[in-house]
This record gives sequence, structure tokens and C-alpha cells, in this order.
Amino acid sequence: MVGMNHNPATARLYELLSTVVDPEIPVLTLQDLGVLRDVSITDGEVKVSITPTYAGCPAMETMRSDIEKTLAAAGYEQVTVEQVLSPAWSTDWMTQSGREKLRKYGIAPPVNTACGRPTSQIECPQCNSTGVKLISEFGSTACKALYQCQECREPFDYFKCL
Amino acid sequence: MASLNKALLNYCIALGDDSLTLGHRLSEWCRNGPFLEEDLALTNVSLDFIGRARLFYTYAAEVEDQGRSEDDLAYLRDCRDYRNFLINELPNGDFAFTMARQLMVDTFDMGFFEGLTRSSDTTLAAIAAKAIKESRYHLRRSQDWIICLGDGTDESHERTQKAINDLWAYTAEMFEMSGEEQQLVDAGVAVDRATLKTDWTTSMQGILKQATLDIPTSDWAIGGGREGQHTEHLGFLLAELQFLQRTYPGQQW
Repeated sequence: MVGMNHNPATARLYELLSTVVDPEIPVLTLQDLGVLRDVSITDGEVKVSITPTYAGCPAMETMRSDIEKTLAAAGYEQVTVEQVLSPAWSTDWMTQSGREKLRKYGIAPPVNTACGRPTSQIECPQCNSTGVKLISEFGSTACKALYQCQECREPFDYFKCL
Repeated sequence: MASLNKALLNYCIALGDDSLTLGHRLSEWCRNGPFLEEDLALTNVSLDFIGRARLFYTYAAEVEDQGRSEDDLAYLRDCRDYRNFLINELPNGDFAFTMARQLMVDTFDMGFFEGLTRSSDTTLAAIAAKAIKESRYHLRRSQDWIICLGDGTDESHERTQKAINDLWAYTAEMFEMSGEEQQLVDAGVAVDRATLKTDWTTSMQGILKQATLDIPTSDWAIGGGREGQHTEHLGFLLAELQFLQRTYPGQQW
């Protein structure tokens, strides 16, 4: 995971940033999501790098201002939030604990790594049944698809592999 | 060197224009989709295209370095300054027309962005690496829909065939290179689009066959988008897209 080895100054920043969550899936922190790519501090100037999940992700602006507010509240006055595109974000970067949090929140976590049709079984986050049906390739946000469980009949969001 | 910079600027603007015009067209489906899930799908794809446009325009503004922003490029240029392929600005038509266009563009984007990931320009390569992941997903859906509609009822078959026929003449432009763009190809920056045609045609033949649709044989072609010569539809599109910034200059959310 990004940011595991760092000095005390950046460790403090990572700790503060661990409270910043995805505005659309507030159960995930930016670290869980793999969106937070780098944090550094030089002569009091903080630089935070984030990467978009999807090119048109409308949450980027909110994430940026949430990062700035969080760090400003902790006394960091000079903060630059930079958007990096390369390497392109992948669901592979989502942490294990992030995946677990998603499931508990009612969203099925991504099951395989490539961006093909899911080959391994997607489980219903409510009853764990693998008897699920794709309703739509797109759900309530760009990063999700809509499924329905054939056992408990609950519709649910599936976090797509990218 | 100066001319190469100018060529790069024009290249980024053209790619941004392709993404913005099609993204805008798809956004017009919002609340008009045939059913709720499809409404969401069309607008999600729209968002991907608008996101791409932002990345290309932001980079164009950086290359130009004259103080213009991504918003200036989107909202304050007129029809003749737009450089998108005509296929992207055509009105949505019915659902079959929208999906047929999507299939043609998604198939093209797969080859194009794959090539662009190898660009010597690291920003373009990074945008391409991002875009191709999304296009793969888009294509999966547009392909499924065309097969479903083509191999569906008599009505859906007929409408989809008509859409394919009507759109066909607009696809030629996607594979025509300009002298300026060739300069960028020679510099390792741009993709030689002319070389993408064979693979594109083969892919289309395969999908249309599966969809029980005929591939058009007419070689009548229409172009001019990359030179700023557009259909009458672009003006109406821009009128809606740019109204707010033209009426209240500098207005922000």
C-alpha cells in the first residue's frame, strides 16, 4: 500500500488524511479506495497527490476541498492537492479492509482484477448468495453496476473492476 | 519546434472536442432514457466523455500557455473553432441510432487510445491509459445492445440497420489524417489513424454479422470536422452548452 513507510512528519499527515472519506461512499477513506497516492512535506509545504477513479468522477473536487479543510484545521496552511493520472487507478488498489467495509455497507466489492466481465462469483452483500443477476452495467455512480440477488431478491450495487 | 507545439495544441483541442460533443449528446438522454437503468448508463458514459474532454482541454491550456483555461476552451469557442468529427455532433435520433454511433466510436476509441498509450508525450499517454479502461467497458455495452437490437424484433432490426446505414458515411473521417497531425505522428506523439481502419472494419463486420445486420457497401463519405466545417447541428448544441457562460461571463458554481 502507498505510504506505509514514511517519516514522522508524513505519518502525521497520513493519520489526518485517514479521516477523509469518499463523498459518495462515505464508508471508504481515500486510502481504502486507493485514490490517495502520495503525501509529502517540505519546509512546511504539504503536497498531496490524488488520482481519479474515473476521468469524469465528479467527487474529485469535493475530495480536494475536504483534504484542504482537514489539513487546514490541523494547522497546515500551505497545502497543494495535485491530480495525477499515471499510473491509471485500478480497483486492485483498494485495500482489503476497504473491501470488507464495502460489503458491510451493502456494496459488493470488486471480485476480479481485469476489466472483463466478472468471472468469479459476485456475492450478495446481504445474504452471501452467489445466485445474482446483472440488472445494469451502470449503477448510481460511474464506479458501480446494479445487480439483484435471486435468493433474497434485494437489489444491490457492485463495485466494478477497473 | 514552435510549429510542433501548435500542432500539439490543435491535437489536444480536437480530442477534447470529440469527447465534449459526444458527452453532451449522451447527456441529453438524461431523463429521456428508455428505462431507468439505461438512463443511468447513458449518463454515466456521458460523464466519462466529459471527464476526458476536461483532461484534454486542461492539457491544451497548459501547452498553449496563454492564460486560457479548460472552461474558456469549452465555452468560448465558436462552431468554426471546434474540431470534432461530425459523427459526434449528430443529434441522438432514436435509441438504435445512439447505440450504433456508440458502437462505431467505442470500437474506434479502443484502437486509438491503445495507440496513444504509446505516445512519447507522457500526459497524452496517461490520459489514454485512463480512457481505454473506460472504452473497454463502453464497448461491451454498445456491442451487446447492437446485437440485441439487430437480432431482436423486426422493428428493432429495421431501425438499427437504418442507423448503421445513415451513420456509415460519417465514419470515413475518423481515419483521415491531416498534414499537421502527420507531423505529430512522425514525432512519436500522435496515432496514425489511417492505420486503424482495417482493424476497425474487421471488428464492425464481426459484430454486425452477429447482429444479423448488413455492413453498408456505399463508399460515399462526408467529413470536414477537423477543419472546422460542421453540420448545422453543432451550432444548436453549442447554443445550449455555452448559453450560461455567454450570458453571464465568468459565472461559477
